[in-house]
Amino acid sequence: MDFETVIGLEVHLQLNTATKIFCACRNDFGLPANTCVCPVCLGLPGTLPVLNRMVLRSGMKVGLALNCTINTFVKFDRKNYYYPDLPKGYQISQFDFPIAKKGFLDFITGGQEKRIGITRAHMEEDAGKLIHDDAVNATLVDYNRTGTPLIEIVSEPELRSAQEAYDYLSALKLTLQYLNVSDCDMEKGSLRCDANVSIRPKGEEKLGTRTELKNMNSFSAVKRAIEHEAERQARLVFSGGSVVQQTLLWNEEKSVTVPMRSKEQAHDYRYFPEPDLVPFTLTEAAIAAVRGELPELPFVRLRRMVAQYGIMDYDAIILVSDRAFADFFEAAALTGVDVKSLVNWMNGPLMKELKERRCRVTDLKLKPLDLAALVRRVNDGTISNLAAKDILADIVDSGKDVDLVIREQGLAQVSDEDELGKIVDDILKEHPQVVEQIRSGKANAAGFLVGQAMKRMQGKANPKILNEFIQRRVMHV
Amino acid sequence: MITNETVKYIASLSRLHIEEDRLPVFRAELESILQYIDQLAKLEVANVPPTSHVFQMENVFRDDVVAPSLTPAEAMSFAIDQHSGHYKVPKVIE
Ligand SMILES: [Zn+2]
Repeated sequence: MDFETVIGLEVHLQLNTATKIFCACRNDFGLPANTCVCPVCLGLPGTLPVLNRMVLRSGMKVGLALNCTINTFVKFDRKNYYYPDLPKGYQISQFDFPIAKKGFLDFITGGQEKRIGITRAHMEEDAGKLIHDDAVNATLVDYNRTGTPLIEIVSEPELRSAQEAYDYLSALKLTLQYLNVSDCDMEKGSLRCDANVSIRPKGEEKLGTRTELKNMNSFSAVKRAIEHEAERQARLVFSGGSVVQQTLLWNEEKSVTVPMRSKEQAHDYRYFPEPDLVPFTLTEAAIAAVRGELPELPFVRLRRMVAQYGIMDYDAIILVSDRAFADFFEAAALTGVDVKSLVNWMNGPLMKELKERRCRVTDLKLKPLDLAALVRRVNDGTISNLAAKDILADIVDSGKDVDLVIREQGLAQVSDEDELGKIVDDILKEHPQVVEQIRSGKANAAGFLVGQAMKRMQGKANPKILNEFIQRRVMHV
Repeated sequence: MITNETVKYIASLSRLHIEEDRLPVFRAELESILQYIDQLAKLEVANVPPTSHVFQMENVFRDDVVAPSLTPAEAMSFAIDQHSGHYKVPKVIE
């Protein structure tokens, strides 16, 4: 029997607002423990939460970017559980009227377009951090993270492989980055992902029993954990067993999933409306205003750029992988420079310079006009490819004018026929046997002479022109 | 029907300790609450807009502006036990 894997993902996104979701404490990482806490986020009696307006705004942005319907009536609910990371004994979240519902995300996976449904996106507060300290035989609690604004994004169980889940996550992260509402850094925990995994015989409509995977710290860990879990479930079913619904923790070092102990997963959250927060109504005009502020999103931009510039999907994917990089390309393309060459220079040498410096294109002194000028100088034969790469390495940091660098460093190729003529004549005299070979029909023997001439001219010649020149000289002298 | 088992389960979720001989008391109280809900459910409310909050207020916001948090001394003043700037609680994972 053939099985298919059914995957749904829950992504938690920490927002990059200045303050927490319900209080004015700084929303920041890496501060000393319990230095950004107040009576509200510590859940002291008699305090009242008040919603940060930027959180609602970011929630609308995320919902709209994921093609969701924004609820015009929004409220918060209490999700009740006792754990030391939750000082109030409940998490303020959203149950039946979340900010956004019923959307989708388009992306490319396995060379094909795929659309995955988004069930909902809702706002909630993050919990504190627990450190299990053996030295003092206790658990230590840092409440700095308590009240950090989160958006939880729940996908439909429509992903069919670990690779698809990986590609969905990458596309989702890119979309969220374009919105500029979060760091989206999985290592720092500002983006977290849990996966619901089940298997079923191919063609079966009914969903199998699912398990929930937690504790994955990178996209590739998500992929590995899903692969491992799907295999585990298949082996279980083949050997006559059945899948038990449970929460599993991914152990990255050992590459295995370990069941969470039952005490920790006795979750019966008893949601009820949060009486400390009044509801929110959003007008269609307010929703339209936020929609108007959205940037062109990566998938739409990808499609447009392929159509507008006649470039390959593969190249467009690299260009849109960073909003600033795509902006840079389009600004340079506006100058009318040959787009195919520009793409090659962006995704090749420029990308290499960025990787070496581990920075974004906006961190460079290089401006779009400079790159366009460089590409133009290569295409009109003024400089060789090799010289252009050296110039690029210089101007990304110096921001110097391309033509100025060409002049200063004497990098212009020699195309003056008189000067070329002298050098070529010398070389022909020195290698009469090669000249004979060319005359007797071995045209590629000229390559050796081109090499010799290039050496003498310290690379400052256009090899194509030089080759033609030598062929002509050999035949007519 | 609320059973003694249900009362124990709800108590455990709320981290409440209830003596065996008190179970029937809470069972009866929870039962009467549910009966009241049943009574409410019978009301004709088709033309009554749903209430989600007792106050007729909405859209109460705060601007995204930082205000000072508690000082470490103030933050720790609520702690029953503490260790190097952290609240110290019984170990939750072995
Ligand atoms: Zn606070």
